[in-house]
Amino acid sequence: MNLTLKVWRQKNAQTAGKFVSYKAENISPDMSFLEMLDVVNESLTHKGDEPINFDHDCREGICGMCSLYINGHPHGPKRGITTCQLHMRTFHDGETITIEPWRAEAFPIVKDLAVDRSAFDRIQQAGGYVSVNTGGVPDGNAIPIPKVIADEAFNSATCIGCGACVAACKNASAMLFVSAKITQLGLLPQGQPERYRRVQSMVAQMDEEGFGSCTNTGACEAECPKEIKLTNIARMNNDYFSAKLFREEEVHEQGH
Amino acid sequence: MSEFKQTLNSSLGKKLIMALTGLFLCTFLIVHVGGNLLLFNNDNGFSFNVYANFLTHFPPIEVIAYLLYLSILVHALYGLILTVKNRKARPVRYAVAAKSDASWSSKNMGLLGSIMFLFIVIHMGDFWFRYHNDKTMGFKEYRTDLATGETKVSDYTPANAEFSHSVSTENNVEVVRVKDLHARVAYSFSNIIYVIFYVIAMGAVAFHLLHGFQSAFRTLGWVHRKYTPVVYFIGTWLFAVIIPLLFAAMPVYYYYLSTQGAH
Repeated sequence: MNLTLKVWRQKNAQTAGKFVSYKAENISPDMSFLEMLDVVNESLTHKGDEPINFDHDCREGICGMCSLYINGHPHGPKRGITTCQLHMRTFHDGETITIEPWRAEAFPIVKDLAVDRSAFDRIQQAGGYVSVNTGGVPDGNAIPIPKVIADEAFNSATCIGCGACVAACKNASAMLFVSAKITQLGLLPQGQPERYRRVQSMVAQMDEEGFGSCTNTGACEAECPKEIKLTNIARMNNDYFSAKLFREEEVHEQGH
Repeated sequence: MSEFKQTLNSSLGKKLIMALTGLFLCTFLIVHVGGNLLLFNNDNGFSFNVYANFLTHFPPIEVIAYLLYLSILVHALYGLILTVKNRKARPVRYAVAAKSDASWSSKNMGLLGSIMFLFIVIHMGDFWFRYHNDKTMGFKEYRTDLATGETKVSDYTPANAEFSHSVSTENNVEVVRVKDLHARVAYSFSNIIYVIFYVIAMGAVAFHLLHGFQSAFRTLGWVHRKYTPVVYFIGTWLFAVIIPLLFAAMPVYYYYLSTQGAH
């Protein structure tokens, strides 16, 4: 396959970027999208050009490191996969592919197509700890959890924090990510003691990072490589308003 | 108090305000379309003029009316604030437009809302403002023979400029004198440009509510496998189809009457 790539090149967060066109020649349809970029980078290196900088790690769809906004879709046009799982057979010979980084104020560009997603780490950290008993190893299944609840919590926990939801959202909102992280603990008995404090801290951190808010368009759900559901956002809203409007942080007025 | 302020100022709190004011405006639409169906009564505007008079002279409704105007302003203002904030969250736009699966109306709520706001300003200026302030607006006198139920209509010129309405009964004949808003409606809707604008605005209402009604429930966090389909059904059929169609039928019907020379 021979392709034309329109790639966003940007030296760092301070300088302005621009699109540069490259030819990708002799590409096997069985290559992954990242392997195709490896081939292009190899030829760039041979020519003495700066290779295209992009994020990647495990290359098997579980680490959440790869990104790329390909032809108007985060992780490319196929549903439920990451860019490393996207194969070149998805495209046709001679096609022009536009590759952009995730675009969000909260995700500053590091270089070319790589963005700094540490805002997600800070939101996750704001969530804090989960109370766990010390002592002997607890018996398996000591706490009964209905299967549907466990399944739902685990579905939310499959979020790999890649940021495709932010990239897909017209408002660059992080609510699908944040709500998945809140739900994976909020649904389970082990997550209950800190449940209402957690939702408040994580939403506060999310607002501080400068993400947009949710219009319930559902673009995030459609583009999520792990198919995290929009119901998580409603659940987060419910927990947040419940925490803010109906629950008490302290039972009595504090005298200090 | 500062805790509430902080809650309402958060991204979720701003959306809560949008959802609550939006849903309140939705309930208003039900009342508004219900009352305005009186325009289809072929009674020379008797029932409609009496209804308009009731709305403007019954104190509880006046209180709710001011709450309603406040809701419209707050909904529009917060919509603007959120849009600016959301734009700031993506300072550099994508070169290729997003092709994600998202409904057209959900991506154009601000545009639809702006059309509706322009409509509300013109609509209230034409009917609400004139009804309250236009001294040249005419009056009608409806004389109903209580024995036969027959109503006769005639123009009425009040002797006193402060006159607003009167109901009296003489010799088994009920005499009702009210401001003739109905004539103003018929006059406005005889203008084709006006009718087209109204129909477009109702299209905007339909698409705005097609997304907005169910989205408000999601924002409130009320998603339930059993009730969410009901919310979608009501949002689609009642708020995005039936109500806008009934509203749009009013100017179209009056335009049709004006071409028939009946008014």
